[in-house]
Amino acid sequence: MPEPLVVIEGVNKHFGDLHVLKDINLSIDKGEVVILIGPSGSGKSTLCRTINRLEAYESGSITIDGKKLPDEGKELANLRADVGMVFQSFNLFAHKTILENLTLGPIKVRKTPKAEAEKRAMELLKRVGVEAQAQKYPAQLSGGQQQRVAIARSLAMNPKVMLFDEPTSALDPEMVNEVLDVMVQLAKEGMTMIVVTHEMGFARKAADKVVFLADGEIVESNTPHEFFSNPQSARAKDFLSKILTH
Amino acid sequence: MGDILARYDFLGAFWLTIQLSFWSALGALLVGTVIAILRVSPVPVLRLMGTAYVNTFRNTPLTLLMVFSILGASYVLGLSIAQSVETNLFYWAIIVLSVYHAAFVCEALRSGVNTIPAGQAEAARSIGLTFNQSLTEVLLPQAFRGAIAPLGSTLIALIKNTTVAAVIGASDAAGLMAVIIENETGTVGVFFLFALGFVILTLPLGVLFTSLSRKLAVKR
Repeated sequence: MPEPLVVIEGVNKHFGDLHVLKDINLSIDKGEVVILIGPSGSGKSTLCRTINRLEAYESGSITIDGKKLPDEGKELANLRADVGMVFQSFNLFAHKTILENLTLGPIKVRKTPKAEAEKRAMELLKRVGVEAQAQKYPAQLSGGQQQRVAIARSLAMNPKVMLFDEPTSALDPEMVNEVLDVMVQLAKEGMTMIVVTHEMGFARKAADKVVFLADGEIVESNTPHEFFSNPQSARAKDFLSKILTH
Repeated sequence: MGDILARYDFLGAFWLTIQLSFWSALGALLVGTVIAILRVSPVPVLRLMGTAYVNTFRNTPLTLLMVFSILGASYVLGLSIAQSVETNLFYWAIIVLSVYHAAFVCEALRSGVNTIPAGQAEAARSIGLTFNQSLTEVLLPQAFRGAIAPLGSTLIALIKNTTVAAVIGASDAAGLMAVIIENETGTVGVFFLFALGFVILTLPLGVLFTSLSRKLAVKR
């Protein structure tokens, strides 16, 4: 029986009058790959961002590896170091080289010696296939390369779980697969992943569970095969009919 | 005109202007950075303090602050920094110039901060950097690079604004010019000479900052 790594209990959040997360309960096991899916404005990205507290929430609790997510300060920073995050717009540090992007966290947060951090960074860059660009700046790389670097930057911190917030939505179509390939590989190696995405192919290939959100609520949660072939709720049927007809 | 120049310490006066500019620029940069950090901090009280500082000093005439430092602070409140009148007003001039231009440095830096996409701070936090580390490693370096051009303009304005120190009797370039115009006749040439002196100080700085801002710009 795998133990839960991320436990979300009764989380509520408002943006002004808008109730964006309604009493969310979700438990993610170690090594599990969970896809968050749903129509625009359903709260899937917000949920993803609350897990490392880039978004604050009003009530409920989020526990990561047995530790409750603290509100502020040093403790929160320590916890975030264990939670990798990959953004839609890559967010590589624009004034640092690719190599420095990977070594900043290990050196400043983990206090890894520079030489060791650089050695590990080069290994990771090789793994995602951009080692030749190590001395370049983010703006000199293609979107797909930047996103692979962003994944490597998260991996450099040896995270317990990784969050992906629409990682392929800002990419040109021909670059989507190179990023998904890296993610599939990660999933196979047993990384715990929470992924907000509309890539059905990735969901079928790599996911253990699909969680469907609508209007801030978890409407349905199932295996990818069951969810795509036999959705239970009207909302999910409607959503799937809209995205699968192309 | 040659004999006028021989009787007055032209170079000494400009040397004092350079000293005033250097120390005030350093002070303004330090204070301005601190105020800028206050203005972008997540704590509302600190933000309010930063805003109050900028609004107070940016909207007060420099001449008024300069006169207050001697007539108000030194004489009435007894806040002399040094025994000798000359040294006291030199220090006060540096303080006033620093404090005044810090408000402009702060706004230049804040405009630099505004060039940074929100995602940069989020990425910094997401790899576990503390607020201070995010600031020193990710945000401020990018803010300074984005703010080089406005910082250059502020520095040039500061150099020219050192002339205001003449109102409290500093013997900088503007002070000396006032003395010469008071004592001599046919001083139009002298006026142009002092103007040229300032152009020589500020023009290369303008060129330098323009090329720096191109070279160090953060490509996005």
